[in-house]
Amino acid sequence: MTDTAKIGARTAQPADWLGMARRYGAWLLLAAAFAVLPKIFASGTAHTMMSLMGIMIVFALSYNMLLGETGLLSFGHAVYYGLGGFLAVHAMNTLAHDALPVPVFLIPLVGGFSGLVFGIVFGSVSTRRGGTAFAMISLGLGELVASSSLILRSFFGGEEGFSTNRTKLFRVFDLSFGPQLQVYYLIAAWCLISMIAMYALTRTPFGRMCNAVRDNPERAQFVGYNPYTVRFIAFCLAGLFAGIAGGLAAINFELVNASVVGAGQSGTVLLAAYIGGIGNFIGPVIGAVLVTYLQVMLSDVTEIWQLYFGLLFIGMVMFAPGGIAGLIFMHEPLWHAGAYRVLFGRLIPAYLLALLPGLTALLGLILVIEMTFRLMVKASEGTGMSFFGVPLDAAAPVPWIAAAVLLVGGFYLFRRTWPLIADAWQAAHGEVQQARRRAA
Amino acid sequence: MNPAIELVDLRKNFGPTEIIRGVSLTIPLGERHAMIGPNGAGKSTLFNLISGRLTPTAGGIRFKGEDITGHKPYEINRRGLSRSFQVTNIFPRLSVWENIRCAVLWSLGYRYSFWHGINALADVRQRTEQILEEIHLADRRRIQAGVLTYAEQRALEIGITIAGGAEIILLDEPTAGMSHAETEDAVALIRKISAGRTLMMIEHDMGVVFDLADRISVLVYGQIIACDEPAKIKADPAVQQAYLGTAVAA
Repeated sequence: MTDTAKIGARTAQPADWLGMARRYGAWLLLAAAFAVLPKIFASGTAHTMMSLMGIMIVFALSYNMLLGETGLLSFGHAVYYGLGGFLAVHAMNTLAHDALPVPVFLIPLVGGFSGLVFGIVFGSVSTRRGGTAFAMISLGLGELVASSSLILRSFFGGEEGFSTNRTKLFRVFDLSFGPQLQVYYLIAAWCLISMIAMYALTRTPFGRMCNAVRDNPERAQFVGYNPYTVRFIAFCLAGLFAGIAGGLAAINFELVNASVVGAGQSGTVLLAAYIGGIGNFIGPVIGAVLVTYLQVMLSDVTEIWQLYFGLLFIGMVMFAPGGIAGLIFMHEPLWHAGAYRVLFGRLIPAYLLALLPGLTALLGLILVIEMTFRLMVKASEGTGMSFFGVPLDAAAPVPWIAAAVLLVGGFYLFRRTWPLIADAWQAAHGEVQQARRRAA
Repeated sequence: MNPAIELVDLRKNFGPTEIIRGVSLTIPLGERHAMIGPNGAGKSTLFNLISGRLTPTAGGIRFKGEDITGHKPYEINRRGLSRSFQVTNIFPRLSVWENIRCAVLWSLGYRYSFWHGINALADVRQRTEQILEEIHLADRRRIQAGVLTYAEQRALEIGITIAGGAEIILLDEPTAGMSHAETEDAVALIRKISAGRTLMMIEHDMGVVFDLADRISVLVYGQIIACDEPAKIKADPAVQQAYLGTAVAA
């Protein structure tokens, strides 16, 4: 080896370490977080909730392979999740009955394989066209499977579905998977594997051509690619990961019924991906965590949680089409340009200033909705109610006046903060431009 | 040796309307061929037929001696024929770099691979880099293609077209809507990229046509009324009457 080569090899090493850390560091951090989280949130409720989140992350990311990456709006993605769940339950029952040596942590493979097979079958007919045609066919297939779930009783088990027992399967390392914590770790491991796999997929020739087909399917044809094939592969792989999520759900709930293949489930995953943001890999992850949290927590607090859920969705579509991830990554250029002073000194304080009256207005709105609900729907149970622990009478004028003051006053002050945010952005843009000029 | 493109009595109807009314044309390998004609003559339709975007009503298209009539655009592209579009047709949300890289992938054999990490592919990176240098967009690589200037988008359009290393290139009005200076750059670019390839282009700018073309076809109402060297086309009275009018005569 010559001297220069030696020097090259020696100096290359730290760079390699840095490269490795940058490549895999995020995943290692995530793995560590998954491992530590149940220690921080140690309650049984938290373990259940985090298990649900893990399942939803896989499901929402699989959905985003279609919507965000390939531009395919599906209204029937729960079909692959649900069928994965059904086949996982049947597999678990068969394995337990015949005492076959297959441990429960391999069951998601059954779900994934089922999702893949049904993805191949239904994808071959539905991905020939993109856009509206695909959306309509996905809706039709979703209805087809949902309605057959009530007809084919031997497979779907009618309305009550099928139950199973995860502890009856073959045990390795004496793991029973009875306690929720063990199930959490099983889900977390599969969630991590699926996340890495789906992220890696976006960084392959196929993954990039998904984006190209999303942007311009016609042009893709003139660089040698058949958009149908690209969509079809994306659809099959999305089915695979949806099936894995379904398999995890089967293990978690030990129960499947017709609702898992239905339109409601398809709608939930669409909302989760969209609210989180479909333009960014991390978006559906944020959406899955948030939507799961809201589903669990809001349904405890109010009976009309789906209304708030809908309002959130409408608000995101109207004001933040990039989702939560879009809102966060809007600030990325500032970060890259090193405009920390304007970011932390002006922009974030302006946001915080806007947040206070904004939340006040929101509180007023929620109060109006809750009192209306009380008067219109539940008047027979009396007009007395509790709002964030405050007892009040929905039929009395005072709460209504209070709500109006909160709503109107809050919104007025909120509106007054907008110019502040606009000014801060103006300053931020100026700094970014300056940084660009310096770089050029 | 087989010619690059052979059109045999090619016809295309849209309903009862005949757009291409029996075009026969042979373009030898390595020729720079320009197609001119008044608006609505069917020039773009002819390109759409050759590149597989439209299926001919009758007649045949041969590519290096092989029949490609009615083949899909991607099949024709894989055989080595690539085209650009009159209306800019790029991947607007992808970066300039990704636009070119997507156009490189198939020709380097990566097809639908979901088992190669794309950033680790040295041949893809080199080829993309080389194309970006050629079209002078190397320092704009990170920018989203949709926000490039018009002239830059036109250059990107040509970049996507040549990225796959096609032997035969069809350019549909590559300089349309460009300023004089931009047109000069574009002509220099086209001259460079068409070296060693067969080029067919539709162009309205007569300066560009007479500058670049080895031969010119004149398409009027779906038929070729003349096909010859630039000097002879310029002198042809039928062409002058049908298309060039007094502008060139003057």
